[in-house]
Amino acid sequence: MSTADLLYSEAEDDLRAAVRSLLTDRCPPATVMSEAESGRAYDVALWRALGAEMGTAGLLVPDKLGGQGATAREAAVVMEELGRAVASVPYLTSAVLAAVALLGCDTGQEAVARLLGAVAEGRTVGALAVPLSTVAVVPGGGSGAPAATVRADGDSTLSGQVSGVAGAAGADVLLVPATGADGYGLYAVETAETSVTVEPLTSLDLTRPLAAVTVTGAPARRLAGPDRAEAAIGRALLTGAGLLASEQLGVAEWCLTETVRHTKERHQFGRPIGSFQALKHRMAALWLELVSARATARYAADALATDSPDAPVAVAVAQAHCAEVAVHAAEECVQLHGGIGMTWEHPAHLYLKRAKSDEIALGAPGRHRQALAALVDLPAPTG
Amino acid sequence: MTTTRHRPAVDAGELRRRVRELLDAHPPATTDRLDFLRARFDAGLAWVHYPAGLGGLDAPRSLQAVVDAELEAAGAPGNDPRRIGIGLGMAAPTILGFGTDEQRERLLRPLWTGEEVWCQLFSEPGAGSDLAALATRAVRDGDHWVVDGQKVWTSSAHLARWAILIARTDPDQPKHRGISYFICDMTDPGVEVRPLRQITGEAEFNEVFLTGVRIPDSRRLGEIGEGWRVAQTTLMNERVAIGGGRVPREGGMIGLVSDTWRERPELRTHDLHQRLLRLWTESEAARLAGERLRQQLAVGQPGPEGSAMKLAFARLNQRISALEVELLGEEGLLYDDWTLRRPELVDFTGREAGYRYLRAKGNSIEGGTSEVLLNIIAERVLGLPPEPRTDKDVPWKDLPR
Repeated sequence: MSTADLLYSEAEDDLRAAVRSLLTDRCPPATVMSEAESGRAYDVALWRALGAEMGTAGLLVPDKLGGQGATAREAAVVMEELGRAVASVPYLTSAVLAAVALLGCDTGQEAVARLLGAVAEGRTVGALAVPLSTVAVVPGGGSGAPAATVRADGDSTLSGQVSGVAGAAGADVLLVPATGADGYGLYAVETAETSVTVEPLTSLDLTRPLAAVTVTGAPARRLAGPDRAEAAIGRALLTGAGLLASEQLGVAEWCLTETVRHTKERHQFGRPIGSFQALKHRMAALWLELVSARATARYAADALATDSPDAPVAVAVAQAHCAEVAVHAAEECVQLHGGIGMTWEHPAHLYLKRAKSDEIALGAPGRHRQALAALVDLPAPTG
Repeated sequence: MTTTRHRPAVDAGELRRRVRELLDAHPPATTDRLDFLRARFDAGLAWVHYPAGLGGLDAPRSLQAVVDAELEAAGAPGNDPRRIGIGLGMAAPTILGFGTDEQRERLLRPLWTGEEVWCQLFSEPGAGSDLAALATRAVRDGDHWVVDGQKVWTSSAHLARWAILIARTDPDQPKHRGISYFICDMTDPGVEVRPLRQITGEAEFNEVFLTGVRIPDSRRLGEIGEGWRVAQTTLMNERVAIGGGRVPREGGMIGLVSDTWRERPELRTHDLHQRLLRLWTESEAARLAGERLRQQLAVGQPGPEGSAMKLAFARLNQRISALEVELLGEEGLLYDDWTLRRPELVDFTGREAGYRYLRAKGNSIEGGTSEVLLNIIAERVLGLPPEPRTDKDVPWKDLPR
């Protein structure tokens, strides 16, 4: 566990530069804002350029299955940049959660391989149909995958509802955990079917909207049965939570950078407000938090990339820590911007909304600390 | 840097060869500890990045780890960097950077072997965080300087053979410009060391009274009036010094309280559980940040994270030790020992929770208060504007005191 590489490789730096340059060009705050208000589920043109043309949609998928054969370390760098831009693209939901869930199915099956290839190439947008708040499965700290709220009839149709699903609106295919006569399984459903309703919900985070999914006798294809489905979903949630820490780092980084920039320029009482010690200390304290957040996010990414047995601890630490750092940074960003921070035209609110909903996504900090209690043997009092 | 010099670079293989030579000539099992350390210094294996002849070989600093690992594996005695921390971390780089050849040859070897302990005469009762406000005077008298004043918070002064000292040599200059830097012989007449009993009951620190102490001009470091610039080197090195070894998970104070938690289920409450888990997570985050800093240093990318680590650990240690006292309940109301002692090292793990709680309070004060470090991060890392200052161009003697 102590041999993890916590730095960024040259290749990772190059990937970051490419992603950042694309996002700077195509996704400035004004564009994010107008996209969020457009009613579209995500920025389709941006996702085509980033996911398909640049190939980030397939980073986690091996070459032979149509992906780029990279690891969670590279995906984490993409997540950092997406957080920094608070971009509205289905990276977490399709390229991470759906792709990793599919990787956990039998990729020797033609149907699985075909869908995985399409998701990896960014041709198809997938989404794992679980509530966004679902906590990663932690060995010893939780049960299996989340209980299914959808019923499988035979192995070809699904009925039921899942609420609060991120990335469902705009997805082509939903990966739905469901229980049938043979037990727990993971099923693929096309959203184009008339028996599938994806109803957008009004979400706190405008840039990652949630939807309620209802399936009523929808035609489905079983991708994994009881032998693999739980582990596949568990791995997807663990990976998603681990990489979300990098997104939170990116969010926090933007917030601090912008706050520093603003307080250096904004004058009150005859001097830049950034020269007041009370404010300087708050920003320095945030920087401190960022230093340790980066270390935990890098460690989680590396542990996932190397399939380390310490990955559950690494993810729980990173989530418990980075979630709070991102929220704190976004709250400070709004406060230290003063009145302008409270307005709709300044992008600070987008970051606060993302940070706060990221805090709850894939397990709130308290849930991750609870998982840690079991993982590192610090049991709660009995009785 | 040495990149333009045409000298064959000393690589890891070469260092291993030299370590083997040293071990063959001075088998650790049969060699006196001090003799071995002297031989190691003379072989250039003390601090490999120092110049040849001064304990080093002009090798890349990162290769020190290779030497240390080989020697440790061979069971060779070490020089106990903790005990000589001030000499190693502060005096040595300053002597190397500003000393004359004579000073370097006389002072560095016994400093490194631990034969001569160093202390640091910087802080004064009226000049702590605002170090440049110091009032200790050094007045020229022929080949000597006559020093009068009082220093405080001086660790190891009662053990030290030498001190690095800053004193005011020109009160008519603004405060940063009238300071000079000296090496003070702690055995000279007029140097009086008094223990300063602290919150824990111990006396780790001292007050040092300097009364008519005569320091030869040959023991000045740097030019007259340039002492502040020299001190900057010392202070930067103070904070760079971060443990070379990896810290394992639960390696610090959090390990002690975690073990108590595991061993004493009767002490557990839900509130303490929440706080423990939070601190455990933060400790792990700080440990990983330290590990990341170490990796950055190893590939030659030192970051500003060094001062961050000091701050982070200061806060954590205070909160963890506070939790530990509370966890112990009844026992937390007791203290292990109020005897006035003069420890050579801060021993966080060898004492009980109450001691840790009290001693940790100093972590956010010693070596730069957390408030001053936050200012440094804000201004030097984040580039925020400095506080307006009223003392910059005023002669020191005219400043309000």
